[in-house]
Amino acid sequence: MFKSKLREAVICLGAGRVTLRYPFEPAVVPPKFRGKIQFDARKCIGCGGCANVCPPRCIVIEDIGEICRITFHLDRCIQCARCYEVCPEEAIWTTDQFETATDDKADLKSEMTLWMSSCQRCGRCFETDNAIDRFQSKRWRGRGPGEANKRGIFPVKPPLEFMPPKSLVRESEE
Amino acid sequence: MIRDFCARMVRNSLWLFHTNCGSCNGCDIEIIDVLTPYYDVERFGMKLVSTPRHADALIVSGPVSRQVAPALRRVYEATPNPKVVIAVGACAVGGNIWFDTYNVLGGTDRIIPVNVYIPGCPPRPEAIVYGAALALGLVPKKVTPQKEKHLPPGFDLDAYLADYAVNPRDDLP
Repeated sequence: MFKSKLREAVICLGAGRVTLRYPFEPAVVPPKFRGKIQFDARKCIGCGGCANVCPPRCIVIEDIGEICRITFHLDRCIQCARCYEVCPEEAIWTTDQFETATDDKADLKSEMTLWMSSCQRCGRCFETDNAIDRFQSKRWRGRGPGEANKRGIFPVKPPLEFMPPKSLVRESEE
Repeated sequence: MIRDFCARMVRNSLWLFHTNCGSCNGCDIEIIDVLTPYYDVERFGMKLVSTPRHADALIVSGPVSRQVAPALRRVYEATPNPKVVIAVGACAVGGNIWFDTYNVLGGTDRIIPVNVYIPGCPPRPEAIVYGAALALGLVPKKVTPQKEKHLPPGFDLDAYLADYAVNPRDDLP
């Protein structure tokens, strides 16, 4: 019995260290990981598709006259990335940030304020300035002067598992 | 002297009492995962105890259902002071998809005060370790709210909101 205990001790010593040194070293997330959502107000057109499909309704859209205020209650976000899938402009995406623990609930409430204008024919709000600017740019949905529309009106996105995780640092603005 | 000794002991080891308040067991599995040798939250002196009278911290998972809310209140009162309440998971933090359901309170902070929120559905084990380290003051807080605006140049948002509060234009849909 003593021999077997000795053998066990040798096995344990040979196994090495298995514990992650996590809080003192940065952790790596797998490539399919969906973390905290992030958005870009310059790309958003205020269509409300994300708020329509959000299962816990953590995206709330509020129309205040010609102001569209979108509130993200990230405390109840389940990180399903449906908002990323339905967004036609890729204005919202999931990052690899998982360290969202906090002692103040107000840290989990993000907000986006957009200036909208109302159509004279139908009376519904739509976003004007940056959307029209993007019509003339080459990169907007692959359409430009003299270019055929290869991708169609709504671009087909690759599924999320083939997308590399976007880091929190935003790409440099052109 | 005894008081200082006790305070130092409490600071160095946090004994946890795990309370399931209607959780789907996803967060509970992740909490058990944190206690395994791979993540090993016992490095910080944390371990699960079987009664709230021995505990320094409560770990709450699940949206607090109406049936369990008085029991959670009693568990909170049975825990000796000073105590820390850690809400694990999107249910315990904000109610998840049950935030406005009739039989669920929707969040732990509707019935007891919460010190550390760990959102996620379920949170990664690393996220729970991070939240535990945050409760002990080992790591800084990293999350900040994202507030973005896209307005015409020179637009006074506060003046517009104040004007809209006085005379809302209802003809806009």
